[in-house]
Amino acid sequence: MPDTMLFAMEAALNGLTAGVMYALVALGFVLIFKASGIFNFSQGVMALFAALTLVGLQSGQVPFAHLINAIFGTRIHYFGWTLPTLVAIAGTVAVMVAFAWLVERYIFRHLVNQEPIILFMATIGLAYFLEGLGDVMWGAEVKRLDVGIPQGMSGTVDDLTFAWFGYGFYMDTLELWAALIAGVLVLSLILFSQYTKQGRALRAVADDHQAALSVGISLRFIWVLVWSMAGIVALVAGMMWGAKSGVQFSLSLIALKALPVLILGGFTSIPGAIVGGLIIGVGERLFDFFLGPIIGGATENWFAYMLALVFLLFRPQGLFGEKIIERV
Amino acid sequence: MIYREAGDFKTTYAADNQTFPIKGDRFAYYVVLAFALGVMPFIITDYWANAIVIPFLIYTIAALGLNILIGYCGQLSLGTGGFMAVGAYSSFKLMTSFPELSIVFVVILAGLCTAAVGVAFGLPSLRIKGFYLAVATLAAQFFLIWLFTRTGWFFNYSPTGMITAPTRTVFGYPVTGPRASAVSMYLFCLAFLIAVAWLARNLTRGTLGRKWMAIRDMDIAAEIIGVNPLTAKLSAFAVSSFFVGIAGALLFTVYLGAAEAGEAFGIDKSFLVLFMVIIGGLGSILGSFLGAFFLIVGPVLLKLLLVDNLRWPSDVAAHLEIMIIGALIIIFLVLEPHGLTALWRTIKEKLRLWPFPH
Amino acid sequence: MKMTRMAAVLAVTMTAAAPALAETLHFPMLNYRTGPFAPGGIAFADGYQDYLTLINERDGGINGVPIRMTECETAYNTERGVECYQGIRGDNPLVLQPLSTGITYQLIPRTMEDRVPMHTMGYGRTSAVNGEVFNWTFNYPANYWDGASVIINYLLEENDGSLDGKKIVLLYHNSAYGREPIPTLTRLSEREGFELLTIGVDSPGQEQGSQWLQIRRERPDYVVMWGWGVMNAVAIQEAANIRFPMENFIGVWWSGSEQDVRPAGQGAHGYKSLAMHGTGRDYPVYDDIQEYVIDRGLNAGTGDEVGTVLYSRGMYAAMLAVEAAKRAQELHDTDVITPAMMRDGMANLVITEELMEELGLPGFGPAFEVSCDNHGGSGEAMIQQWDANEGTWNLITDWIAPDRELIMEMVMEDSLAYARENDIEPQCLEMAGD
Repeated sequence: MPDTMLFAMEAALNGLTAGVMYALVALGFVLIFKASGIFNFSQGVMALFAALTLVGLQSGQVPFAHLINAIFGTRIHYFGWTLPTLVAIAGTVAVMVAFAWLVERYIFRHLVNQEPIILFMATIGLAYFLEGLGDVMWGAEVKRLDVGIPQGMSGTVDDLTFAWFGYGFYMDTLELWAALIAGVLVLSLILFSQYTKQGRALRAVADDHQAALSVGISLRFIWVLVWSMAGIVALVAGMMWGAKSGVQFSLSLIALKALPVLILGGFTSIPGAIVGGLIIGVGERLFDFFLGPIIGGATENWFAYMLALVFLLFRPQGLFGEKIIERV
Repeated sequence: MIYREAGDFKTTYAADNQTFPIKGDRFAYYVVLAFALGVMPFIITDYWANAIVIPFLIYTIAALGLNILIGYCGQLSLGTGGFMAVGAYSSFKLMTSFPELSIVFVVILAGLCTAAVGVAFGLPSLRIKGFYLAVATLAAQFFLIWLFTRTGWFFNYSPTGMITAPTRTVFGYPVTGPRASAVSMYLFCLAFLIAVAWLARNLTRGTLGRKWMAIRDMDIAAEIIGVNPLTAKLSAFAVSSFFVGIAGALLFTVYLGAAEAGEAFGIDKSFLVLFMVIIGGLGSILGSFLGAFFLIVGPVLLKLLLVDNLRWPSDVAAHLEIMIIGALIIIFLVLEPHGLTALWRTIKEKLRLWPFPH
Repeated sequence: MKMTRMAAVLAVTMTAAAPALAETLHFPMLNYRTGPFAPGGIAFADGYQDYLTLINERDGGINGVPIRMTECETAYNTERGVECYQGIRGDNPLVLQPLSTGITYQLIPRTMEDRVPMHTMGYGRTSAVNGEVFNWTFNYPANYWDGASVIINYLLEENDGSLDGKKIVLLYHNSAYGREPIPTLTRLSEREGFELLTIGVDSPGQEQGSQWLQIRRERPDYVVMWGWGVMNAVAIQEAANIRFPMENFIGVWWSGSEQDVRPAGQGAHGYKSLAMHGTGRDYPVYDDIQEYVIDRGLNAGTGDEVGTVLYSRGMYAAMLAVEAAKRAQELHDTDVITPAMMRDGMANLVITEELMEELGLPGFGPAFEVSCDNHGGSGEAMIQQWDANEGTWNLITDWIAPDRELIMEMVMEDSLAYARENDIEPQCLEMAGD
């Protein structure tokens, strides 16, 4: 087999795992859009906030330390204890659920029946607020996130592929783990929505708000539920991305990587988010591999959008989105 | 009492359809215009000009442009930053390739270049709608920025990729470059703003504007009554990008003087202008002014208040500032989803009746 | 709402009208403690501020004239930087340190016009070395082109004087900053015969999968990095992931701080970077900082960043600014100096090893002299290596000199082109009148 083929295969395989990382972020968007029609721009910041909270709890940081110190002239920074990872994750989940409740109670309850663009704007406002809050609460320094997932080149893949092709493929162990975790996450989301009472209510609301209300499903509860679920998905995404690059501001920008995935897969489809992520991941790596050197490289910022745009011209509702029916 | 329409009779259609049908409004408008042209140039200081007034003027132009697209034609766009970059880079290329060309024409031509690019990226809007279109316009944003940072021709192969505006004059006064005085920069931008606002107002109340609004309210119905969606949508993209391109050209040549695509025209610019439009009020000329005012002046005032007066550490203040802006956006949307214009309209209603509300 | 805004406007006008305090030396700080590059900005700002506080607390100011610090948040954003500059320019700012190449480019023409000196230490426009064109901009002790040349000289030394046939990858932040070293490296590659491959990473650089796959395929002998912010940490992590030999991975001085290597943990062991100054708390000046600043609770940050690379850099910048102010006081024989006098102090700055020792920083930075036609200092830098076990940066070389001949040639080309474009007559400025 010629080398170029092998390199391209390697790039494509890496694209697959990268695509899973994008899909992780896109999942959160889909959950909220499906249940409430809100295009939640703050998903990326939620991932950052969740990761910050996780690190903060783990290392025993005092929340708002900087603000307190600035106002009262004290010098407190740490509680002096560290929490085991699992406890910290549980704590973060609790924080995200509380956040979901607050968002429903104080923002979206007042915005029922508004146009989608107004709801979208509200989530941008929320993104700003949360970004500032995360910084004030936990500080803006880079934090190292270690939840015990191994990182680095996977030896097994390297050995296997070397034995087969005479060229060892590079795969990041962390991304393989991320793929596994994403699989578990999607599976549990599907199980939850298919086989539990709340899950059925959730699907009912996604299908038709009015009908769901009339059979006695509490819309508010469902909204809190999906926002909590989106918060948990954000936490997982934040953990995976944070382990790669440390927890800092740029983590919130991963939302921008998820948007093309979203339009490609369709706003309302969970499998769409996964498939869209995979297509974008592979397409982006292969494009960069074949054409990047010719046109100057660093195409990853826009290629995904262009790909999605081309797809949209043929299917305006995305690959798996619900067919748009227009009436006068 | 003072502000009322009783006794203000209209005898012609033209009088009835004028921009400011109420006498009080008309008077206020002339006062503001006279103040901006006659008084401001004499009292403006360098700090106020450069920190607040000039960015306010420039962003108002951009907000007017985006408002035409989103507010009047209903096409959600997140590519404003990229289109501003087109304006900036085409004005740079024009200035360096034709040093004799007057800066006024440079800015207008830059706007026209942007309009062409805007139409090209507006083509998908014929098929894609809503949030799908919003995300698709992000393709324009990222692609254009990538193009400007990667292609040497656009920045004349300067080793760093920065573009720098040379000095150009209007009536002998420099308006760009480091030697330009605050007053000349202010008047230059103001002239463009007045022209653009006048154009926007007259376009939106004419045939074209009505077509746009028909498309916005329901595109299929509009199509059935004979509005051609192709020309309506593309003309909205063209006009909007023209304005946005002028704003980008002014931002680079007059205000910044040196720029780099990724840094000066990033995605946050797109969001900033979008905020202005929504906070100000969709589909309203006045709203663009109010929104730009709120988002340019607000942060500066907050900063001056928190840092200079309350003596808070600047980083805490900056974080709080982000939080406050975010919270204000939410509060506004909860209280008045239709923006500052709607607020202004309510005040006007109250004022008309004051002091006898019954 | 209306009332509060009115009150705010009133309050603002009052502040703006407050007269500048006489008999102080105004050192403005354009910091960024927020935004994507905050982690780097915070440590630098803390170092800068702590050193100035030390001078105030220990010596009562510079020759008895207290320092007045003002802080303005730029968030690494050019427009906010310009707004900050407009706010302080009327307030006799002695020296500006914008800490961002983008803001530097904005301010070069403005500061020339307003006659305010600007110091861009290890960043900014390289050709500002030519002080005859850039009268008000200084970039001593070293700039990017020096840095690129120092790295190549170091590699030459490692390879017994020849890089012929080697392959070197430059991984750069796709911005004005990251593209700075490309011309220098291109010229050097022609001269030394190595193959140069440039790979750009778009800001912020959270995702570098395809770049590192490419590096893995290309199998370069060395990777040189010009990164900033999250890009550094991700690159080092990815390099560790593909098992690139860390000792062949060299970053510029902005890619060599603790926060860049820590997230990669053990994987970053052996990573090298340029060092324009020493690091660690082993310098006598830290005893003073501990005594006069930290123990009194006056430190700017949390205290655990003291002695880190970027903190040291901020402190070094403040130290050079204070020394320039002293020089200006000496030259003009007055204690209260103006920005123009400060410029003279900077243009005639002489840093000797004895002086560094006296300041409690022996061997911390190079000895250099500034003159009218050379605002760039010596351009020397060291190489430091990360020890992940100890969690420290170790200096592994002495000062390495760049190829100044080549760099001056390029500086002249670029600066004279700038002078032509902007109608500047290259000349030395006269000393400021008293």
